[in-house]
Amino acid sequence: MLEFLFFVFAVLAVAGAVGMLVSRSPVASALWMVQTMLAIACLYLTLNASFIGIVQILVYAGAIMVLFLFVIMLLNLEEVPRLSSFTWTRAAAFVGGVAVLALLLTAVVRTTGLPSPTGTEVAVVAPVEEAVAVDAEGDVLVAEAVDLDDAVAVPVAPVSVERIGVALLTRHAFSLEIIGALLLAATIGAVLLAKKRFA
Amino acid sequence: MELTWYLSLSAVLFTIGVLGVLLRRNVIVVFLSIELMLNAVNLSLVAFSQSFGDVDGQILVFFVMSVAAAEAAVGLAIVIAMFRNKLTVNVDELRLFRG
Repeated sequence: MLEFLFFVFAVLAVAGAVGMLVSRSPVASALWMVQTMLAIACLYLTLNASFIGIVQILVYAGAIMVLFLFVIMLLNLEEVPRLSSFTWTRAAAFVGGVAVLALLLTAVVRTTGLPSPTGTEVAVVAPVEEAVAVDAEGDVLVAEAVDLDDAVAVPVAPVSVERIGVALLTRHAFSLEIIGALLLAATIGAVLLAKKRFA
Repeated sequence: MELTWYLSLSAVLFTIGVLGVLLRRNVIVVFLSIELMLNAVNLSLVAFSQSFGDVDGQILVFFVMSVAAAEAAVGLAIVIAMFRNKLTVNVDELRLFRG
């Protein structure tokens, strides 16, 4: 069931992205992008990342894309004619894009052995016996032996909203304050840049 | 469902974003492609975070979303200012630095 949902939302996301790419009017591009954002939010929900999924809908689909649509309609742009001109620059850009995909996929295929992000995978925890000795020159030697007979399967705890909240306010509290200052600066900057007169 | 599937989807979305930035001449669509690239990276981060049970991945996604929102606001304000002066959103014609 989860695989079926993944494929449905993956196809929706890619279709929205391609639609955004080839649309002739900017409004259509923005609306295809909203479809992609919602599909990615559903993908986050298949990953059990409920906080990020809802924040994706609130922030990306609900605020950023609305801002894009405001600006597009404010500028009142017209439809562009079909981009059917073939130039060598465009072909080189397409080849570059495919090269980026190939490069990324060579790294992605090496992740095949890692635990699945959707299932309740287990991690095998085994006791490790250590023997520490100091040899004649003062170097510390450590010998480790893993006892697999006493191994225990421990379920990997999925990330919950509570853990995100705790981490945000304890380990990443400084970054959180910086983000607040950044958002304030961006708000002031956006208002200033869009004014009719700079003075 | 495997981690590799999510990462492959992230790579494909990122590539579509790169193609959008390189091929489209409308600056609004270029910004949308940049947001698509950021979303692809977010998906990859969340997939890794859920795979390893490490919360830092989703913290970074939270910060990336905030920065993307700030960047979208400021970028679109710049687009409005440029459009007011030049009446175009074609990146080929928005040339302030001559030469």
